[in-house]
Amino acid sequence: MPVVDIAPSILEQRSRRDARHERLFRWLLKGCALIVLAALLGAAGATLWGGRDAFATFGWHFLVSSEWDPGNDVYGALVPVYGTIVTSLIALLIAVPISFGIALYLSEVAPAWLRTPVASAIELLAGIPSIIYGMWGLFIFAPFFADHIKPWLTSNLGNKPDDGKLSWVAQHVPFVGKLFGSDYPFGASILVAGIVLAIMVIPFISSVMREVFQTVPTRLKESAYALGSSTWEVSWDIVLPYTRSAVIGGIFLGLGRALGETMAVTFVLGNAMHLSASLLDPGTSIASTIANQFSEASGLQKSALMALAFLLFVVTFIVLLIARLMLRRLASKEGR
Amino acid sequence: MNSPYLRRRITNALAMLLSTLATLVGLAFLAWILWETLRRGISALDLKLFTKITAYGEDGGLANAMVGSLIINFIGIAIATPIGVLAGTWLAEYANRTKLGESIRFLNDILLSAPSIVMGLFVYTIIVLPSTALTHGSTSFSGFAGGVALALIALPVIVRTTDEMLRLVPSTLREAALSLGVPQWKLTLQILIRAARSGIITGVLLALARISGETAPLLFTAFGNNYMAINPIEKMSSLPQIIYQYANDPGDAMHALAWAGAFVITMFVLLLSLGSRLILSRTKVSHD
Repeated sequence: MPVVDIAPSILEQRSRRDARHERLFRWLLKGCALIVLAALLGAAGATLWGGRDAFATFGWHFLVSSEWDPGNDVYGALVPVYGTIVTSLIALLIAVPISFGIALYLSEVAPAWLRTPVASAIELLAGIPSIIYGMWGLFIFAPFFADHIKPWLTSNLGNKPDDGKLSWVAQHVPFVGKLFGSDYPFGASILVAGIVLAIMVIPFISSVMREVFQTVPTRLKESAYALGSSTWEVSWDIVLPYTRSAVIGGIFLGLGRALGETMAVTFVLGNAMHLSASLLDPGTSIASTIANQFSEASGLQKSALMALAFLLFVVTFIVLLIARLMLRRLASKEGR
Repeated sequence: MNSPYLRRRITNALAMLLSTLATLVGLAFLAWILWETLRRGISALDLKLFTKITAYGEDGGLANAMVGSLIINFIGIAIATPIGVLAGTWLAEYANRTKLGESIRFLNDILLSAPSIVMGLFVYTIIVLPSTALTHGSTSFSGFAGGVALALIALPVIVRTTDEMLRLVPSTLREAALSLGVPQWKLTLQILIRAARSGIITGVLLALARISGETAPLLFTAFGNNYMAINPIEKMSSLPQIIYQYANDPGDAMHALAWAGAFVITMFVLLLSLGSRLILSRTKVSHD
């Protein structure tokens, strides 16, 4: 039998070539991964750089001034910031209990054969593009709201009822009258934007909640059932405390989505640059101010819009950071 | 039956009822939105949508917007797919459990839900402004800039699915290849990515579904164009941008066109996400 003789130099050459390719490949992959980092840093840097004139001109006043006057070139962020925060909070107030209900239904209540189809249907909601929510809000929900819900709210809760008679609630409960008082005739308003946002974030929050509810060890739940707990008591006293941090993470994830949402909100906010205590009056948000004004803006106005974008980016970044940290805490508990 | 026992039962029944109700509310809104989009979209469907351009206004169609959307989405996916797959591979195969890897995985999750309008402004700053300055204003907004903006939104989706799918590949496969002396780059490209192929394709389809409805990042990048544009250095219109423009128009005929566009996008996105889910569920079964 002839012995195949491979010269050691060929082997060496080959292993050197492999090592070279390996190094190149590694650098290529790492470079691609660093693009993710570059995108985040770049977005923050570009908006900060674009907004430098506005920050330099107005300083801290930019954050607290409610004036937005392109005629006199004076800009303050308070009205859009207020609109962004209030619409997102309304969205969470509505979406969190409903999402919890959905997650509870899907993990404890529904019969097994119904769980997957219902869960996929709810997740379909997350797939619908935001502009569709915007159109639905503008052409269908806002008119419906103006015809059927708003009259009831203004006459039973508001301080500006059509017939001039203040309801008991408006007289005796502080703030409520102001929140629901409005003589503006259309549906587009901060409350409608909050409701549309709520529908948009429900699938995100509920799918996180459902996922983390399923990570609760069965023996924990079974022990509680064995002691005679009801389904509700198991959910409230065992499942929820066990998953608390991840549930909060899911809620913050929804908040991050709601804060940065542009199209759905722009359609139904009414685009009004003034501060009003009433939830039934039109308003604006950071994202919708940018969407409405950026293409026609120049000079200091453009810079002010960039500065708004920077604020939005920083705030959502912090919210999402908290969300991911909270979600991770449960994951590490699982791994232990 | 004593009263605390009864109270607990009533609380329980009430909670179960409310959770069922919450689910029904969610499903009702889904049905409402889909129903209106279907009803108004189908009644506005017409052959001229696909043959005429938006320059004719009420009598026109959406042909240029559809072509524009296809081109911009294609550019977005063509940029995001190689970068995203390679970055996801790095996270799963080379940087798993390293500090830098963990931080990038974490930041990628944040990029996943970052406000898309800010991504639009970012691309405006790095592509639209320089191209305006370099060409003395003859090119500014472009389909290419729109594609880059969409790529930034598609990227984290692809990175994440690639990363997750590769980590699902059994490590015996890696060990077997490495024990035969296969270098790691060859193992990654020829074995692991192939094993995770259907999952990665699903990620790309999901990313496509995600970007094809995006409007905000296109407003200041691709901008819009009432005429047919094929060259990506020109301004380009897209379906979402035309929907936005027409929905804000006072005319009813324009609203009908906007609904037709909304119907086309919704169908496209829903079919994509259903299709990718099917691929995923089929592969899961075949792995078992």
